[in-house]
Amino acid sequence: MDVRLSPEQQALRDAVAGAVDRLGPRSVGDLDDAARAERLEAASSAAGWRELRAVGSDGAAPLASGVEAALVAEELGRGLADVAFIGPTLAAELRRLSGAPPAEDVETVAFVPDLSAPARAVGGVVPAAVAVDARGARRALVLVPSAEGDDLAALAPGRAEPPLDLTRAAWASERASSPEPMAAGVLGGEAMTRWTALGLALTCADLVGVMQGALSLACVYAAERRQYDAPIGSFQAVQHLLADAFVATEGSRSAALHAAWAVDSLGAPDALAAGAVAKAYTARAARDVCEAVIQVHGGIGNTWDCLAHVYLRRALLSSDLFGGVGPSLGRVLVHHGIGEG
Amino acid sequence: MDFGDSPAERAVRLRLRAWLEEHNPGLPASSTDDDYWAGMAQWHRDLYDAGFFGMSWPTEIGGQGMASVYEAVVDQELASAGAPPRPSLGYLVWGILEHGSDEVKTRFLPGIVNGRDRWCQGFSEPDAGSDLASLRTRADRDGDDYVITGHKVWTSYSDEAQWCLLLARTDREVPRHKGISAFALAMDQPGVQRRPLRMINGITKEFGEVVFDGARVPAANMVGAPGEGWALAMTVVSHEREPGELGYVARYGKLVKELVARVRKEPGAFGPEQVRQLAWALVEAEMLRLHVCRRLSDRLGGISHGPEGSVDKLLMTSTEQTVGHAALAIGGTGLGGGDDTWLKAYLYSRAQSVMGGTSQIQRNLVARRILGLPVA
Repeated sequence: MDVRLSPEQQALRDAVAGAVDRLGPRSVGDLDDAARAERLEAASSAAGWRELRAVGSDGAAPLASGVEAALVAEELGRGLADVAFIGPTLAAELRRLSGAPPAEDVETVAFVPDLSAPARAVGGVVPAAVAVDARGARRALVLVPSAEGDDLAALAPGRAEPPLDLTRAAWASERASSPEPMAAGVLGGEAMTRWTALGLALTCADLVGVMQGALSLACVYAAERRQYDAPIGSFQAVQHLLADAFVATEGSRSAALHAAWAVDSLGAPDALAAGAVAKAYTARAARDVCEAVIQVHGGIGNTWDCLAHVYLRRALLSSDLFGGVGPSLGRVLVHHGIGEG
Repeated sequence: MDFGDSPAERAVRLRLRAWLEEHNPGLPASSTDDDYWAGMAQWHRDLYDAGFFGMSWPTEIGGQGMASVYEAVVDQELASAGAPPRPSLGYLVWGILEHGSDEVKTRFLPGIVNGRDRWCQGFSEPDAGSDLASLRTRADRDGDDYVITGHKVWTSYSDEAQWCLLLARTDREVPRHKGISAFALAMDQPGVQRRPLRMINGITKEFGEVVFDGARVPAANMVGAPGEGWALAMTVVSHEREPGELGYVARYGKLVKELVARVRKEPGAFGPEQVRQLAWALVEAEMLRLHVCRRLSDRLGGISHGPEGSVDKLLMTSTEQTVGHAALAIGGTGLGGGDDTWLKAYLYSRAQSVMGGTSQIQRNLVARRILGLPVA
């Protein structure tokens, strides 16, 4: 056992952090700066982060493990990066697991409207579905159930959804749209379990990054903002809010790291359970931390132009994706033989 | 980055797993009755004699000099076998190891590690709890001895211990942090009066107070230099905050495993809110296990103990108290002819946010020393 990052993993993290710190949004106003967002997109595209889970040279295994993919997700979350990553990465994983060739452009995955599971066709048509993390995506992958498992199909872009997460675009497909079948093998139950484990791990990593970024914002503010002739960060009531937020972030980080490692290192049911443990803990923590960050910002924290709500909104989306606290606790119980999956 | 076993770790894991099949004593996971500590003393010696206790401590004091991550392997196996946790006394070992002279170390540490000598920790006093540096117990030089006068409280295992790692004031002329020294004091002597304290779960053998009135300790039993007592105390409490040092992952794992078995046996007997509390106990116990893996891995690059121990203490406390709530929800209170073991486990969990430094003190440390927030 040695759960420290390798030098290569550290270097990957530093590279992503460098790009995000240079090109990511530093204010709410920056989110409207299209030229900046294009530079971040170009950097992301050139670095190949979205291809980490595409098939590698041996024709089966991915180019990089779940740990590397999670490190990228965490840094993008920390920096509120408005560039697609989790959606395209999950699409690449579906292609790899089904034996389909890698995508040549950007694509994402469509989910049921509450985001708890991937969208599946019923009788050849897809009911209401939402494509998440869809910036620049040319299509969204959906599942078409068959006797052996799930086949892959693609939905064309639909209408833009109202922005829950200001950093990641989403669109909704038309009701009862017919997806385009794709040349791919069938996805069995074990493949889908493993894919869900990756989805849980990546959303947890994003949440850890979001918590860390939000907490940094609040610590800077607490040191600057003065009331009663003292920085508010010197008051014990404020210090304890932020200390609890830090502790929750660190617990989340430990569980999320394990979930990311488990994706490729444990059997599919155990990898799913590792993801569910991490997701339950991290989703609860992320909402608590982002709410505390808004509280520390006081009235300012409740205004649109403060970044605090951008973190909270991103956390809400990442929490809901693959199921938040409730569904994750359910998965943990099922893994221990309590309740039904 | 690997949570999995190396071949050597795997070998230790399988050896322990096989040993536990024969040697698992049916003890509860935490102290809920007065027989517990007698059983734990024997468990300590058995575990040590079989080579599974003190694995990461130096060989000179009876350890095996192995990497700290082996302690995580041991905790995981103890938990999955439902065996008792390893004894929680690493903080005493580290305090003496880092501050004692070679003579003090070789004289006292092997007996602590192998479980032949029982120790207690004489730090807190009636008027010196969180503000430990205000302690007033005196050590006055008299020939080759020091004479101890004072009152210690919240002294774990005081009525069973042969030895006490005692903090006492040796110099009242210097600033208060600088006048404290540490001693290894023999408890079996006329000037030591032990009074057990009854904890809220009813047990009397864990907690106590000790009155020192003319107790004697040879000057050669001083641990560290005169005035080094505060530094030693900080070493001890920093280790006392680490779940990886205390072995509590196994304790929580065993409790949760028993609660899961209870629900699986009678699934219809529990409502959704009770089961949800069990789910949180599962999640937090697993989170803590993984967090300890992370911390013990960090030690592969060299041991250091900074303010992150306060983070670990807060995570451990949250886990223990979440498990305590699940124990109450699933195990019940024992009314109507049931047993009250789970009520006692719940009540015991309330001490975790006080012992080894309150949660409020830990939050102060995290805020100031990690987050760098301004001092008032």
